[in-house]
Amino acid sequence: MDQALFYASAALAVLSALVVIGQRNPIYSAFALIVTLCSLSVIFGLLGSPFIAALQVIVYAGAIMVLFLFVLMLLNVKSEQDAPGPAGRTLASIALVLVALFVGQAGYVLWHLAPGAARSFDASTHRMAEILFSPHFLYVFEATSVLILAALVGAVALAKKDA
Amino acid sequence: MDQPDFVHQALLLSLLLFGIGALGVFLRKNVITVLMCIELMLNGANLAFVAFSRAAGTLDGQVLVFFVMVVAAAEAAVGLAIVIALHRHKDTLDIDAFNVMKG
Repeated sequence: MDQALFYASAALAVLSALVVIGQRNPIYSAFALIVTLCSLSVIFGLLGSPFIAALQVIVYAGAIMVLFLFVLMLLNVKSEQDAPGPAGRTLASIALVLVALFVGQAGYVLWHLAPGAARSFDASTHRMAEILFSPHFLYVFEATSVLILAALVGAVALAKKDA
Repeated sequence: MDQPDFVHQALLLSLLLFGIGALGVFLRKNVITVLMCIELMLNGANLAFVAFSRAAGTLDGQVLVFFVMVVAAAEAAVGLAIVIALHRHKDTLDIDAFNVMKG
């Protein structure tokens, strides 16, 4: 049961990721990306991380993708029209070769990695909070709030009318 | 192994998602689509973190995923603000139109 669910969500994630990069209309890309993020959330749940699975839906699919869709509709983006010329085609095939090389090498390493079988593993929200607010990560956690504030101010300043 | 824990499969899936995202960054011409492909790559990395955290039995990887999500949110906010400023400046979102540093 778990196995079928895992492979179904993995296939859905890869297919919709391919739609994201194969689609000329960015609105369709955004919706395909939401499908990818939600199926990844299922996979996080199957890997025993309910907290991350919930964050994935709330923060990624909920907040970040709404921001993307908002900007797409605000700017009234049209789909890409022109087919790539010969120079673009050459660059695209070089990129394809480089990415294929990277995926091949990293896949070889990962396949022969053989990570040990998981021991007792408790990633409940309770345990996550204990670790996140332990002295080990507390200051990093507080620093992220400053980062978010800086991003907020920066975004407002950048998108201002007479900037 | 009676209870499958999907670590290997999740690592390969994360690699695949990262590769697809990287390909999109190279191939797409729309700035917003490129940003979305970067989100795709970040998600591949997140999946690898969660899988390794599962294999190691510690929660440090999950905390790292939390921080990656925070940074991704900040990056999306600032990135999209820059996209809006660029669109106001040049009235297009084609990456090839933004090839001069001079305003």
